[in-house]
Amino acid sequence: MMMTELTLTHYLVVSSIIFTLGVFGVFLNRRNIIIVLMSIELMLLAVNINFVAFSWFLKDLAGQVFSLFILTVAAAEAAIGLAILVVYFRNRSTIQMDDMSRLKG
Amino acid sequence: MVETALFYLFSGTLIGSATMVVVGRNTVHSVLFLILAFLNAAGLFLLANAELLAMILIIVYVGAVAVLFLFVVMMLGTSFSELSQGFAKYGVMGSFVGLILASELITVGVLWMSHPKASRGLSQPSNNAATNAHILGQILYTDYFYIFQLSGIILLVAMVGAIVLTLRKRTGALRQNHQAQLDRCPENTLKMVKVAPRQGIFEQEER
Repeated sequence: MMMTELTLTHYLVVSSIIFTLGVFGVFLNRRNIIIVLMSIELMLLAVNINFVAFSWFLKDLAGQVFSLFILTVAAAEAAIGLAILVVYFRNRSTIQMDDMSRLKG
Repeated sequence: MVETALFYLFSGTLIGSATMVVVGRNTVHSVLFLILAFLNAAGLFLLANAELLAMILIIVYVGAVAVLFLFVVMMLGTSFSELSQGFAKYGVMGSFVGLILASELITVGVLWMSHPKASRGLSQPSNNAATNAHILGQILYTDYFYIFQLSGIILLVAMVGAIVLTLRKRTGALRQNHQAQLDRCPENTLKMVKVAPRQGIFEQEER
């Protein structure tokens, strides 16, 4: 890996670290669902970085187009997830994830 | 090179703020670090010649999603201190899985090589004649038009879903009922009473 010039490997390593931090956040914050949602956003951001980096490396704009669609889906997911969270808080007055086992048979 | 230095600056801040998002005890601080992470990711996008996506990342993520997170965190207003317990319990397992995943992904990222025929699959070779937004718009509205419309429908469905989920009829709220106001007519509400002289209206009512 050359250190003086930007390569695709730089971007891939950064996005791997960000994705892993997202997965780690899901594991670590098992009780705080808002941080779990933010960790999911971090994972989607890592995927976006990968798409944009490959688009830059291959001189192919399709990666940026798909990154745009990922952004769309991420925004929709955040809106729906937070709406569900608000409704849950309204019904149970808690957002403890340990208590979210009512659907268990 | 200045680009490489900027890359290390942006990616270092990105990784640091992402770590703070994950391990932060205070949820509001986590959201603010998430905003910092998105800004630095926008910087990385700029370095990769994706100017439009960098701006969209700032507008959509920082302007909409992160503010939505902040709004919900402040609106729920629960004490988040007990939510952050259990780090030691989950941290061991999480670090284990995270280290394995990180090593695998970084191995792939460092040791990758592209297939010699892979460049045949390129669909949209970018020319440097126009700006990034110009070319992206040209292919977004032609080749990817249906997917573009579909993403619009996804956003619409998400918006309707979020509104339907959180909308509630509040009992006891004083709300203007236009139909009831317009339906009122004098015959229903107004009563003409012939008041005899030297007698009050109350005695008339009792009779």
